[in-house]
Amino acid sequence: MKKIILLNIFYLSFCTVAVKSAEKGGMPQLDPEFWVSQIFWLTITFGTLFLVLSKFILPKISKNLEQRRLQILENIETAEKQREQSEKNLKEFEEIILKSKNKAKEVMLAAREKIVSEITRKKTKLDEDLNSEIQNVEKEIIELKLSSPKKINSIASNITNEVIKRLIGTDVNESSVSALVEDELKKLSRSKNGI
Amino acid sequence: MAANPMYQFNVYRIGPEIKIGEIDLSFTNASLFMVISSLAILIIFNLGAQKKNIIPDKIQLLSELSYTFVSKMISDTAGSKAKPYFSFIFSLFMFVLFCNMFGMIPYSFTVTSHIIVTFVLAAFIFIGVTIIGFIKHGFGYLKLFVPSGVPAVLLPLIVVIEIISYLSRPISLSVRLFANMMAGHTMMKVFGGFVVSLGIVGGWLPLSFSVALTGLEILVAFLQAYVFAILTCIYLNDALNLHH
Repeated sequence: MKKIILLNIFYLSFCTVAVKSAEKGGMPQLDPEFWVSQIFWLTITFGTLFLVLSKFILPKISKNLEQRRLQILENIETAEKQREQSEKNLKEFEEIILKSKNKAKEVMLAAREKIVSEITRKKTKLDEDLNSEIQNVEKEIIELKLSSPKKINSIASNITNEVIKRLIGTDVNESSVSALVEDELKKLSRSKNGI
Repeated sequence: MAANPMYQFNVYRIGPEIKIGEIDLSFTNASLFMVISSLAILIIFNLGAQKKNIIPDKIQLLSELSYTFVSKMISDTAGSKAKPYFSFIFSLFMFVLFCNMFGMIPYSFTVTSHIIVTFVLAAFIFIGVTIIGFIKHGFGYLKLFVPSGVPAVLLPLIVVIEIISYLSRPISLSVRLFANMMAGHTMMKVFGGFVVSLGIVGGWLPLSFSVALTGLEILVAFLQAYVFAILTCIYLNDALNLHH
C-alpha cells in the first residue's frame, strides 16, 4: 500500500510536469465544457445498470446460489441417511451371518452326534452278533468235541470189523469188537494224557 | 498533438450536438465508454444468471464468484445490515472495475480518469450515506463526530477534525480514483512516447517499462475499483452501525 502511495506521488508530480510541458496546457478533466454531459450520461448509464442488475440479474444469481446451497444441503442429508441405512444393513448382515454360522455349527454337531451314536449302535450290535456267533460256534465245537470220541469209536469199530472180515472172511461179534476198540482207545488216550 | 500525454483524456462529441436550453448533453466518447462498460456488465452477468446448473460453467462461475466476492466484502465491512445496499455496491464496483479495465485497451477512453465522473459517484455515495445515517439514528448520527473516551479538553479539536475528515470523504474518494487512473495512463503514454522517440536502438528499455506498467495498471485498475467499493462499505458501516 505504501509503495502504491509513493508511486502515486511520483505519478502526480510526473503528471504536473507533463501537463506544464503540454502545448495546450491544463488537463482536459478540468475543462467544464462536457461536465454536464458526463454527469447526465453517467446518471443514465449507471442508473440503468443499477436498475437492471438489482431488478433482474442479481436476484437470479442469488436464487441460483441459494438453490445450489439447498441442493447441496439436501444431498448431504440424503447421503447421511443412506450412510446410516447402509451401516444398519451391514449390522443386520453381520448378525445374519453370525446366526447362520451358529446354526451351521449346531447342525454339524447334531449330525456328528447322530452319526456317532449310529456308529456306536451298529458297533455294539455287530459285537453282540459276533459274540453270539462265537458262542454258537464254541458250543458246536464243544458238542463236536464231546460227540467225536463216540463217533470215532463207532468208526473205528466199524473199520476193525471190516478189516477183520476181510482178513478172516467171517463176521465177528460187533459188541466184542467195539469193546476191544474202546479199550485200545482208552489206553491210547491215557498214554497221550500221561505224556 | 497525439504526442501530448494528456491528449488521451480529451472528451469530444460523437454524433450530433444535443442541447437542452443552454445545457450541452451531447453524446461523447466518455458517454460511449460508459455505455460499453454498462452493456458489457449486463451481458456478462445476464449470461451468468441465465444458467442454472448445479455445477456452474465458466460464465456462470464468473458471475457467481463476483456475487459472492462483493457479498462477502459487504458483510465483512458493514455487517448484515448492509444487505439492502448490496445491489448498489455491486453495480458500483462492477461499473468502476469495467470502466477501469476498458480504459486499459489502447486508444480507448478511461471514464474514471475524469474527476467529474468520480466526484459525482463519490458525492452521491456521501449524500446517500449521510441520509441513511440520519434516517437510522436521527440526530444521534452526529455522535459520529464525538469519539468516545476522548478527554473533554481535546473534544472541541477532535470534533472539528472529525467533521473535516467526514466532509473530505467525497473528495478523497473521488480524487483517489481519478488521480490513480489519470496518472497511470499518463505514465504509460509518456513511456510509449519514449519508445517512439528513442527508436529501435534505445526504445527497448522504455518498452519493457511500458509492458511492466501495463501489468501494474491492470492491478491498479482492479485495486482502485475494490478500494472505491470497500470505502463505500466502510462509510455505509458508519451510517448503519454507529460505533462511536
